[in-house]
Amino acid sequence: MPTLSRDALAAATDSAHGFGIRIEGVEQDFGSYPALRDVSLDIAPGELVALLGPSGSGKTTLLRVIAGLNTPDRGAVYFGDEHATNLSVQERRVGFVFQNYALFKHMTVADNIAFGLKARPRRSRPSRVAIYQRVTELLELVQLEGLGERYPAQLSGGQRQRVALARALAIEPRVLLLDEPFGALDARVRKDLRRWLREIHKKTGLTTVFVTHDQDEAMELADRVVVLNQGRIEQVGPPEELYDHPASPFVISFVGEAVALPVKVVDGHVEFGGRELHVDTHGLRDGAARVFFRPADIAIGGQGVGDLEGRVESLRRTAGGVRATIAIDGYDQTLEIDSALSSGAKLGGRIPLSFSNARIFPSDPISDSEFKEAGDGI
Amino acid sequence: MSHIAPIERTGPGPGTLGLKKPWRFTAPTVLPGFSLTFGYTLVYLSLIVLFPLSVLVWRASGLGFGGLYAVATEPRVAAGLRTTFSISLAAAAIDVVFGLIVAWVLTRYEFPGRRFLDAVVDLPFALPTAVAGISLASLYAPNGLFGAPLAALGIKVAFTRLGILVALIFVGLPFIVRTVQPIIGELEVELEEASATLGATRAQTVWRVLLPPLAPALLTGFAMAFARAVGEYGSVIFIAGNIAYVSEIAPLLIVVKLEQYDYAGATGIATIMLAISFGALLAINLIQAWSRRRFGHV
Repeated sequence: MPTLSRDALAAATDSAHGFGIRIEGVEQDFGSYPALRDVSLDIAPGELVALLGPSGSGKTTLLRVIAGLNTPDRGAVYFGDEHATNLSVQERRVGFVFQNYALFKHMTVADNIAFGLKARPRRSRPSRVAIYQRVTELLELVQLEGLGERYPAQLSGGQRQRVALARALAIEPRVLLLDEPFGALDARVRKDLRRWLREIHKKTGLTTVFVTHDQDEAMELADRVVVLNQGRIEQVGPPEELYDHPASPFVISFVGEAVALPVKVVDGHVEFGGRELHVDTHGLRDGAARVFFRPADIAIGGQGVGDLEGRVESLRRTAGGVRATIAIDGYDQTLEIDSALSSGAKLGGRIPLSFSNARIFPSDPISDSEFKEAGDGI
Repeated sequence: MSHIAPIERTGPGPGTLGLKKPWRFTAPTVLPGFSLTFGYTLVYLSLIVLFPLSVLVWRASGLGFGGLYAVATEPRVAAGLRTTFSISLAAAAIDVVFGLIVAWVLTRYEFPGRRFLDAVVDLPFALPTAVAGISLASLYAPNGLFGAPLAALGIKVAFTRLGILVALIFVGLPFIVRTVQPIIGELEVELEEASATLGATRAQTVWRVLLPPLAPALLTGFAMAFARAVGEYGSVIFIAGNIAYVSEIAPLLIVVKLEQYDYAGATGIATIMLAISFGALLAINLIQAWSRRRFGHV
């Protein structure tokens, strides 16, 4: 959407570069249940990082620990080399954008943005003129020129979101933290704002951390994604790594759709419903396991080459081919598969299926239950 | 799709098009019964509120402006009016501070006994005012539970103006608490947190972020507490001591006049009180309208 004026950006981020965030062994308990369990994370200066997880995974708690809004029971937070754990919220100088924006409703947009500057002690407070200039620049940066005299109630959701961002940027934050930044917006505005946030990040170079439960959002925006589950980090990596090399059953099922076949490993062979699957077990011990693969990686195979067999439950014609709903033998859910017209799928007929890029994880009861919860959370 | 021509506007513009909208007293709604409820409202307001008040004014008009002026400037009456209105103002102002703190604590914090305390706030509403007056008087009397230590410090509460103030603070408190509570409930905790992340001190957060949205509700509560205090009789007369020119309140003077069969004098004082109260409430409402415009988008 918008293009950003270089001056406005330079002004917005004068001293904004070069603060990485280091989190060491952070733990936090809320009463009986642990919200964060031994979380350590290194965020490079200028990185754009997503904290991704289902509700209750501790992602917002972690963000609040970074901001100083929560005090962890154990562990430390560093901004660059500075030990920040004992700094107050005010001293940390973080830009925090709240999920509900938390705009001051009795103040105009301009006053909201200027709040952080006006609140400074007299000796470090910019002059009235300087504050006014900065507010004007920030309004330009967030594409709200001319709306400075409006009240938050007179703005749309997307506009409020941008005011909240401008307000956070006004204090020249060391890092920018966003809690579910697009959660309350409708799909179209969301998409625009995503692209726009990416652009602002690219040009300001601010170290940015945002929380989301939407994996598409995390994958599209972030340089690296931190997948959290039940207060633990499951995996940290760039989006392609999460897609291609998921580290745990939770990651594979939370990031994108996945089929999970319950299998048995016997002597390094994988058995499913009486047939053998050609999956590399990577030396997995004998016992119960699960084979994961993406619906996109399954294809209707020719006679005899299939790893699996299924029954065609329904067929629908699409522009380029057919979309078949298939019930795999021995698996309790149906899959939708797009295939060519010539695939030979007939309604009610049996067809061989083959899959690729499968991953196998031992199925222990704990990770199984977590997997189930993650599935429910999506 | 450029071949689709825009829809042509034919005929007269929106102003002249079609039927003229008939004027209606109210917009039609799903729930009928406007005339019935409106009629009831008018009759009720007239019989219970406007009629007695107009009788009062009518009786007082027998005095004429000269007579009213004479009543108002009678030294004892003037002193009583001053006592009533000044102490009521002070009490309402003090209630704003206390009431805000009480409402804040009751709304923002979870603690054992919160519901009980919340119910206690309503007691000044529910208690017969004479009961409150007698218990306050016995507490603050020179030999009372609070009065004795205070007397040792040289502070006399009962049978002075200070006593009137204590009684009026007591009866006014629930008004502030109950008007401010819902507004505090609407203030998100995130507002405080946002203020803190932006570098504001705690004092700045209170003054710039939290108080402005509460101002209209505080004013409403202030007006209600003030109005109640002006008319308060039962809880005051026991603790006030009712010393002429010092701790005699205007409502008491009305009773005194009535006991002396000086009906004209009594209605005179009543009319003057009515006028001052009306003026004060009008002023508060105007301030409120202004503050709503100022802080309005809450």
